[in-house]
Amino acid sequence: MSDLITQYGPLWGFFLGVGQIFAILVMLLLTLAFILLFDRKVWAAVMLRKGPNVVGPFGLLQSFSDFLKFVLKEIVIPAGANKTVFILAPLITFVLACIAWAVVPFAEGWVIADLNVGILYIFAISSLGVYGIIMGGWASNSKYPFLGGLRSAAQMVSYEVSIGFVIITVLLLAGSMNLTTIVNAQQDGIWRWHAFAWPTIFVMLPMLVIFFISALAETNRPPFDLPEAESELVAGYQVEYSATPYLLFMIGEYLNIVLMCAMMAILFLGGWHLPWGPVPAGYEFLGFVVFYVKIWILFFMFAMVKALVPRYRYDQLMRLGWKIFLPTSLVAVALIAGWVAYGRPNLLGGAA
Amino acid sequence: MTLAAIAFYVLAAIAVVSAFAVIAARNPVHSVLFLILTFFSAAGLFVLMGAEFLAMLLVVVYVGAVAVLFLFVVMMLDVDFVELKQGFLSYLPIGALVALALFAELGLVASAAGQAEAARPAIALNDAAAITNAEAIGRVLYTQHLLLFQLAGLVLLVAMIGAIVLTLRHRPGVKRQDVARQVGRRRSQGVELKDVRPGQGL
Repeated sequence: MSDLITQYGPLWGFFLGVGQIFAILVMLLLTLAFILLFDRKVWAAVMLRKGPNVVGPFGLLQSFSDFLKFVLKEIVIPAGANKTVFILAPLITFVLACIAWAVVPFAEGWVIADLNVGILYIFAISSLGVYGIIMGGWASNSKYPFLGGLRSAAQMVSYEVSIGFVIITVLLLAGSMNLTTIVNAQQDGIWRWHAFAWPTIFVMLPMLVIFFISALAETNRPPFDLPEAESELVAGYQVEYSATPYLLFMIGEYLNIVLMCAMMAILFLGGWHLPWGPVPAGYEFLGFVVFYVKIWILFFMFAMVKALVPRYRYDQLMRLGWKIFLPTSLVAVALIAGWVAYGRPNLLGGAA
Repeated sequence: MTLAAIAFYVLAAIAVVSAFAVIAARNPVHSVLFLILTFFSAAGLFVLMGAEFLAMLLVVVYVGAVAVLFLFVVMMLDVDFVELKQGFLSYLPIGALVALALFAELGLVASAAGQAEAARPAIALNDAAAITNAEAIGRVLYTQHLLLFQLAGLVLLVAMIGAIVLTLRHRPGVKRQDVARQVGRRRSQGVELKDVRPGQGL
C-alpha cells in the first residue's frame, strides 16, 4: 500500500489500497460461500446423499440463504456470560482470519503487503487464532464451551510447534521469508516444487503430509475437531453462540482452512506456477487461476478427510503432535539444514 | 503529523493504558487479556521501528504461546480474588519500594545507554538496505554473540529439564498405554469363543 501512496499520491493511493483490500475480501467471501457448499456436497457424496440441492440450481445459493438466516436471527447472549468478551471472541476470530490474507500473493505482484517476514506474519496471526476460541469458551460461562475452549487451546499450541518446524524447512530451502520469493524459488515446474524437488523429496514430501495433518488439527477440522466434538461437548466453544456471532465463528474457521490450503500451495506446490514451468510475465490472471485451482484441490482433500476419517481420541491427538510430528519435523530441519549448507550444488560455482 | 507518528501515539497509548489495566482489572482473565493487548501494541511499536522480525517473534512466542498458557492457568484456577486483594494495603510499601528501585534502574540504564550511543560511532553496516531484518540479526547472533546465544539456549534447556524433574512423579500401579501393543493386537488375542449350553449359562 505504501507503494501505491508513493505512486499515486496520498489520496488516490489510499483509495486504491482500500479498493484492493475490499476486492480481495469480496473474492474471499464469495469463494467461501461456494467452498462451504462444496464441502457439504463432497461430504454428502461420500455418504451417498445428494447434499443441499433446494436453494438455487444444484443448491448453489444454499450458503447465501444460510448467511441471510444467520444475519436475520436474534443474537442470544446468555445471562451469566461475560458480555464484552463474549461479543469480542467471534470478532477476533473473524478479523484475524481476514488480516492473515494481507500477505498472501495470489499471483506475481498480486499482494496487498509484500512483507519480508510474510510467512512469519501468517504464523503469528494463526497463532493468535486460538484467542477467539478460548475467549468464546470462557465468556460463555458454561461447562461445555469452557472444556471445548481448553481443548482447543492445548491442541492449537501443540500443533503450532510442528507447523513452525515444517515452515522452517521450506524457509531453509527458499532462503527467504518473503512469500513471493518462496513461490518464485519453485517456478521451473513440478520437479522444482518444494514438495517434489530432487533429492529433498524424501524429506519434503513427508513434511507436506505433516503440514497437512497439522493444518487439520490447527483449524479444528475432523478428525481433530475435538473442541467441537458433538458426541461429547455438543458443539464445544460455540454452544452458546447464535446468529451473527456464530456466523463470524464459522466464517473465521473456514477462512483459516482456505488459508491453510493457500499456504500449502505456496510453500510446497509452486504457488501460482504451472506444473511444467513458470507463468509468463503479463499473464498474472492465469497465475491467479492456477493458484485458485490448487486451493480448491487441496480443499477437496480437507473435505475428503472430514468424510472418511473417524475422530481421534484426545490422548491420541496429543501423542501424534508431541511424540511423532515434533521429533520428525525436528530431524527434518536438521537434514534440510545440512543439505542446504553442505550438499546442495552451489549456484555460484564455488565450494558450498 | 505523519501517519507513522499517529500510529506511534495510538499504539503507545494503547500499550500504556492496557498495561495499567492489567493491574487495575478486577477479573484476572481480563488482566491477562489486557496483557495480551499490551504485547500486541508493543509488537506494533517494533514494526514502526523497522524491526518487523522481532515484532513477529514477539507475537508468536509471547502472545501466541506464553500468554495462552497464562490464560489457561488463570481460567483453570478458581482463586477467590476478594480474599487475595485484602492484603493489598499491607504490601503497598514494599511494592512501592520495588517499583521505585525498578524505575531508578530503568532511568540509569536509559541515560547510560544514551551516553554510550552518543559516544559510539554509527554502526558500520555497509549494505544496511540490502539485508533484511532477520539476516541482520542472524549475522550478529551466530558470529559475534555466538557464545552468549548458546549459553542462553543452555539456560533454557536447564530450566526445561528442571521443570520436568520437579513435576515428574512415577506413581506405582498406573496403567500405561503401549500403542504398539494396542495396534498389534490380533483378533485371536482379543476374542474367545465359548460354547454355551442352553439353559446353563457361562
